[in-house]
Amino acid sequence: MIKLDGIKKVYKTGDIEVLALSGIQLHVAEGEFVSIMGPSGSGKSTMMNILGCLDKPTGGTYFLDGIDTSKASNNELANIRNRKIGFVFQGFNLLKRTSALENVELPMLYAGVAAKERRKRALAALESVGLADRVHHKPNELSGGQQQRVAIARALVGQPAMILADEPTGNLDSRSSEEVMAIFQRLHAQGNTIVVVTHEPEIAEHTWRIVRFKDGHIAQDELVAEPRMARAHVPDEEGA
Amino acid sequence: MNIWESFRVSLRALLANKMRSILTMLGIIIGVGSVIAMVGIASGATANIMEQVQSLGSNMLIVMPGATTTGGARGAAGSMNSLTMTDLEKLEAAAQTPNSPLKAIAPVSSLSVQIVNAAGNTQTTMTGTTPAYADIRNITVEIGRFITQEDIDAGSRVAVIGPSVVENLTGNAQTNLLGQTIKLNNVPFMVIGITESKGSSGMTNNDDIVIVPLSTAQIRMIGNKYLRSIFVEADAADHMTEAQEEITSILLKAHKIGVGGTADFSVTNQADVLSTIQTITRTMTMMLGGIAGISLLVGGIGIMNIMLVSVTERTREIGIRKAIGAKRRDILLQFLAEAVVLCIIGGGIGILLGAGGSALLGKALDVATKVSAFAVLIAVAFSAFIGIVFGVFPAKKAADLDPIEALRYE
Repeated sequence: MIKLDGIKKVYKTGDIEVLALSGIQLHVAEGEFVSIMGPSGSGKSTMMNILGCLDKPTGGTYFLDGIDTSKASNNELANIRNRKIGFVFQGFNLLKRTSALENVELPMLYAGVAAKERRKRALAALESVGLADRVHHKPNELSGGQQQRVAIARALVGQPAMILADEPTGNLDSRSSEEVMAIFQRLHAQGNTIVVVTHEPEIAEHTWRIVRFKDGHIAQDELVAEPRMARAHVPDEEGA
Repeated sequence: MNIWESFRVSLRALLANKMRSILTMLGIIIGVGSVIAMVGIASGATANIMEQVQSLGSNMLIVMPGATTTGGARGAAGSMNSLTMTDLEKLEAAAQTPNSPLKAIAPVSSLSVQIVNAAGNTQTTMTGTTPAYADIRNITVEIGRFITQEDIDAGSRVAVIGPSVVENLTGNAQTNLLGQTIKLNNVPFMVIGITESKGSSGMTNNDDIVIVPLSTAQIRMIGNKYLRSIFVEADAADHMTEAQEEITSILLKAHKIGVGGTADFSVTNQADVLSTIQTITRTMTMMLGGIAGISLLVGGIGIMNIMLVSVTERTREIGIRKAIGAKRRDILLQFLAEAVVLCIIGGGIGILLGAGGSALLGKALDVATKVSAFAVLIAVAFSAFIGIVFGVFPAKKAADLDPIEALRYE
């Protein structure tokens, strides 16, 4: 599913070159639930940008779902982000003054899905994260946890190859964090490939595999012996 | 994403920020509105002037005497006594020959007169002429009759007067002075007709007239037989030049002026006057439209300004859209569509306001206004064009944003 081979990223500021990633080797199989950890400056943000096809590596190859992304143009990368990746951000990144439903419809708008089909799928996705009764609410009318669930609905609505979450619980209280992790665990159980970038050990413990970054390389890559199960507060668990 | 979706997305964005959208549109509204109003007023005024010039007589040529020269000082055109009754007879004879481009001839001997009747007095210019004058100058008698050949042969003291003269004498244009006596410079005349009102054209009031038989004017009032002018009607609009040439050659021969000599008369062509007026009013229309066009341009720059601010303000939104798969083209189209929608809606409101404004202004200034489909078309096309031109730069700026940077923007 995800295959990184010798991924390098060099940032140039004037004459100074900073090596953010030095030859990363990483394989993530389909259906895995992985967390990427590391202190700030370890290269995990750069890693997240490259995994999310928001940035291009300086060297190495990155195959996502069989596509070589390192040779793709900006437009092709936009297409890959649209069809292969579902993003969940720390700051939710929902469009303001836009209803939950329309936010979830957005990726399908760019994928060229017909309006009727968009609505149907967006409603289903919102229902699966327990927000069936909040579809016409705007982000400022929703709690942080609810906003993040809208973002998750938006990420999974296009049935992407990978859900990529960047500090998904960073702005949430512990109860909402539990809810969000419960949804991820359920999505994992349903066979989705999920990568979570986080610096919180408790969050990483909810995943099946932890990849630790340090100074631009992978310091440790281990399976979690006994993942911590999130207690679900999501009311309509059975709706999924 | 297709263009239709882009327009829907941009419409939604504009509705989400109504106050800003309206303020942005204001520039275009005022620009388009003033173009429509200005051009409407200008073309209405043009039509007005043309109509009045036409109503003075179509296919008309005016023969005037030349200027006198006294001790090297040249007098006003028409001040010379060079047009005679012989000239008139020669022109009338020419008009009788078959295939002549001259259709009708009317001489004028005029004098400034003081008019007095029982009710009051006024001053105007008396015109001594022949029956042909009524046709050539498009004069219609409302009550009574026009002067006839019998009046001229008999040298009768009869007068046809305009409604303004009636009003100036009695205070009411509707007063029936038919059959009553008025005194022109103390000579009593009987009113035999009152003309239909024609209004004024420019500085001339076409209703302030007194028409008397030519013979009466020359013998009783003026005391000589020179003509002030001769009005000639050509038989068709495209024979004006031929008619002008024929008159010139007849009069040159009559006045015994050879090749190279200076003519002691001038022949003015009504068509020339019309085309001069047309040129002037066209220039006026262009100038007004141009000034209004500049305000449209300023409106366009206003749109660009707000769009640039909007792009900065919505950097994060652009980042989100790009992260979830919007291509460069999608963002470009979205912002371009926003600018175009602003301009088209603004243009539409501007057209309505401009049409209303020109009608209102026309009423206030008492000129007929005309909102032409052409002006509307130009205004709409121009505002859409402005939307694209001034939308491209902000849209390009938005489309070229780096998604990572844009997502990090607070």
